[in-house]
Amino acid sequence: MSQAAEGSEGGGTVEYIQHHLTNLHVGEGFMTWNIDSIVISILLGALFVMVGARVAKNATEGVPGGFQNFVESILEFVQTQVKDSFPGHHPLIAPMALTIFVWVWLMNFMDLIPVDLLPLIASWFGIGYLKVVPTTDLSVPMAMALVVFILSLYFNLKVKGLGGYLKMFLFHPFGKFAIPANIVMTAIEELAKPLSLGLRLFGNMFAGELVFLLIALLAGAATLGAGMLIWFPLQVVLDLGWLLFHILVITLQAFIFMVLTIVYLGMAHTADH
Amino acid sequence: MNITVTLFAQIIAFILLIWFVNRVMWGPLSGIMEARQKRIADGLAAAEKGKHEEELAKKKALELLKEAKDQASEVVAQGQKRASEIVEEAKETARTEGERIVAAANAEIEREVNQAKEALRAQVAVLAIAGAEKVLKREIDSKSHDALLNDLAAEI
Repeated sequence: MSQAAEGSEGGGTVEYIQHHLTNLHVGEGFMTWNIDSIVISILLGALFVMVGARVAKNATEGVPGGFQNFVESILEFVQTQVKDSFPGHHPLIAPMALTIFVWVWLMNFMDLIPVDLLPLIASWFGIGYLKVVPTTDLSVPMAMALVVFILSLYFNLKVKGLGGYLKMFLFHPFGKFAIPANIVMTAIEELAKPLSLGLRLFGNMFAGELVFLLIALLAGAATLGAGMLIWFPLQVVLDLGWLLFHILVITLQAFIFMVLTIVYLGMAHTADH
Repeated sequence: MNITVTLFAQIIAFILLIWFVNRVMWGPLSGIMEARQKRIADGLAAAEKGKHEEELAKKKALELLKEAKDQASEVVAQGQKRASEIVEEAKETARTEGERIVAAANAEIEREVNQAKEALRAQVAVLAIAGAEKVLKREIDSKSHDALLNDLAAEI
């Protein structure tokens, strides 16, 4: 906020937002490493794995205690989703769904940390840019969506066979008299799945982050003085409101990503399509 | 969107994370949950079985109780029968004993009476001879009339 306040009125606002939406990166072009996304997402993943390993190590077959109960209820929730949406059985689906749900949720949760807190702390250590929510970096959701896409290709080929998969392209959805249209339609359909999967998460998180930034600008944009009396309380109320709403959004997005993953893989895993 | 190395780094991170989650969390925990499920199911089945067994045991106990009661009443009946038999036997014994005693006493009495009669007879003969001697003095020779006197004595 301090940087925004320092800048001139219009330019300062744009600069502030752009600053917050720029990844900490090294390299150019293809060799761009978005260090903040990579480090934060890996840290969150490590946190998840460590907590999970701890729970699994201390878990008992008997009456589960508090935290084990909580973890088990998440597991059971994911398992129910998989059972409902995934026909047949594949040992990879459930752990993958669990990973997606928890990891995406944790990465989304970074959104709830005050937008200026982590970049400010980072600036003390000489780090100029920091985008704290990895899911607002398109590379992160798209990476997951691509893994889902590749896995669904593998399932398609494995379950339907190469011939079955090609047949799906040729005769779906309009039957055998519209083969060229079918190829186009099915290709679009297949490509739209991973794209929409990744972009939905990215879009929601990006927009949410942007709203947080705009709310953070309210008091910052106003010059010190009488205006603060109105803008500062307004900022607090709006921020709290959006925060509470966003708790729902991050959970919902994590859930949607998980369910769609299961559904897409389930569609790929069925033979008669 | 720019395709950058970040995307591939994230793909690798995601795959590794799935692998880790499966290995250290999902695998063990779902195993534990399954084991618990099995244990609960086993426990419920055991409880059901126990209930069933309890019912059987109850039924058996009732049967045994009934049998025992039957046996007891049988034993009591037998005892009563035996007791009345014993009483009957005792009565019989007492009666025969009594009869025997009475018979012995009767025999004794008869013997005594006979003895007394014998003694009386002998004395009567002696008295008769003595009386006759006194009446007749010499006329009666005890020797010659002995047979006569004995006959008389036997007649008395």
